[in-house]
Amino acid sequence: MDTYSLMREIADSWGLLAMVTFFLIVILMLFRPGANKMHKDASQIPFHNDEQPLADRESKEQPLEK
Amino acid sequence: MEILKLIVLAFITIFAAMAANFGQDAAYTLHALIIMAVTFFLFIRELRQFGDAKPVAETGYRDDVIRAGVIATSFWGVVGMLVGVYIAFQLAFPALNLDYSFTTFGRLRPLHTSAVIFAFGGNALIATSFYIVQRTSAARLWGGNLCWFVFWGYQLFIVMAATGYLLGSTQSKEYAEPEWYSDIWLTIVWLSYLAVFLGTIVKRKEPHIYVANWFFLSFIVTIAMLHVMNNLSLPVSIFGSKSVQLFSGVQDALLQWWYGHNAVGFFLTSGFLGMMYYFVPKQANRPVFSYKLSIIHFWSLTFLYIWAGPHHLLYTALPDWAQTLGMAFSIMLWMPSWGGMINGLMTLNGAWDKLRTDPILKMMVLSLAFYGMSTFEGPVMAIKVVNSLSHYTDWTIGHVHSGALGWNGMITFSALYYLTPRLWGRKELFSLRMVNWHFWLATIGIILYVSSMWVTGIMEGLMWREVDAQGFLVNSFADTVSAKFPMYVVRGLGGLMYLSGAIIMCVNLWLTATGAGIRKPSAAHAVPAE
Repeated sequence: MDTYSLMREIADSWGLLAMVTFFLIVILMLFRPGANKMHKDASQIPFHNDEQPLADRESKEQPLEK
Repeated sequence: MEILKLIVLAFITIFAAMAANFGQDAAYTLHALIIMAVTFFLFIRELRQFGDAKPVAETGYRDDVIRAGVIATSFWGVVGMLVGVYIAFQLAFPALNLDYSFTTFGRLRPLHTSAVIFAFGGNALIATSFYIVQRTSAARLWGGNLCWFVFWGYQLFIVMAATGYLLGSTQSKEYAEPEWYSDIWLTIVWLSYLAVFLGTIVKRKEPHIYVANWFFLSFIVTIAMLHVMNNLSLPVSIFGSKSVQLFSGVQDALLQWWYGHNAVGFFLTSGFLGMMYYFVPKQANRPVFSYKLSIIHFWSLTFLYIWAGPHHLLYTALPDWAQTLGMAFSIMLWMPSWGGMINGLMTLNGAWDKLRTDPILKMMVLSLAFYGMSTFEGPVMAIKVVNSLSHYTDWTIGHVHSGALGWNGMITFSALYYLTPRLWGRKELFSLRMVNWHFWLATIGIILYVSSMWVTGIMEGLMWREVDAQGFLVNSFADTVSAKFPMYVVRGLGGLMYLSGAIIMCVNLWLTATGAGIRKPSAAHAVPAE
């Protein structure tokens, strides 16, 4: 089989299936239980740390939690 | 390490000098001279600092490179739009070609497109992504001075591309015109950009990667892939700018439009959506309407856009199934695009009153509206029947500009208005009235531009396919050209209004950055309260 036909064969069978499955899993993952809180937290990120980065662990040489 | 740097710089300087000497064409010689001058300057600078104590690593956000990015964005924006207005009037008044090869439409047109997309848009993306990734990761930019290499390396690429076009050096691929050595250089710069961005995300202090960074990351990674694939070429000589493409015929065409359309999809859409998902919530002071929807937006856009390229090649030698595939994916793209637009607009839910007092927010809403309109128009134009009328006409130009001026331009302007007071430590912008002027000049300019292009595009398409009772074509090409004259003038005026708005913005940003409003407290009364 020449390269074109082979690629075409893969693209409209297993390739397509793999991509669609991956896509559907990613979307379904969004609605798993517990994701709500995570998304709520993430959506607040722009409103923290506007002026200063959180203290660098490397420079302070000890873990810091704020 | 310093010695090694000196040796490398000296080597490049000498090689560039040799290359300038052996250069086969004007563009190559000029570029060799530019590279020689740049590396010689760096060599001298490095030599003068030799053995100096290294300054201790600073903390805090890395904002100096972003300030430079804001200046570069404004500068290239005005340059690119100015060239655009000029070539718009060239089409109406051909005498403006001036009879020099350097000033013909064919050479200025890639200068315009590259200047607005890659110089204005690219600098805006680099600057805002550096700003956003630091704030949303709560970490200083990774890689020390690598960010400055990205900034200056990118400017060098722009200068080489722009001067190359004027001197006639092009590989004749739309939006990928620069020749092989500029392409190699851009690849190095782009991978450094990826390293800086990814490095910052890796050392983030926030547990989550904010959705804006997902969009930026997909933009950087995809552009790297597209750029390398579409620029696979073999130079004819190491001392000349000419190169030969590795692919040919329909493969080359498909690769070119896979690149071309995803430059729109990932450069002008994903990247700018990264800006949108940060600046709209910040300016409205509300979190994004639905974080889930923003992630669905991200994955659907990423999965669908990459297949839409063939709609640029409908009714060509491309296999029919590939054309239909491109068309189908283009139509499907409408959904995630509108999901994203709705997500952005609904972020203002409960804050719509701010539109009355905040012209920056108004610009953001306008840009989202144009995002919605052009992502609706695009799928329509990708339908084969519509495309048979619209393709090769000015309708396409109008569509591109409703996206570029409306969506990309307005979101970039609002980001610049947001950034400037914060980056230069000012409380507010110099003048909100000037922002309002900018808003209306730009809006009316876009409307003039887009509607005149609709009229001339559809007229052109209909004239081209008109046949008489015997089946002969009624109109010659020159007939359509003369019929388009009034619309070309209107388009030029629209562009002129848009350019004036951008110049007003530059003045406003300059006065904000230099603190002009603060030195004259009496002028503060004229500024509406925020």
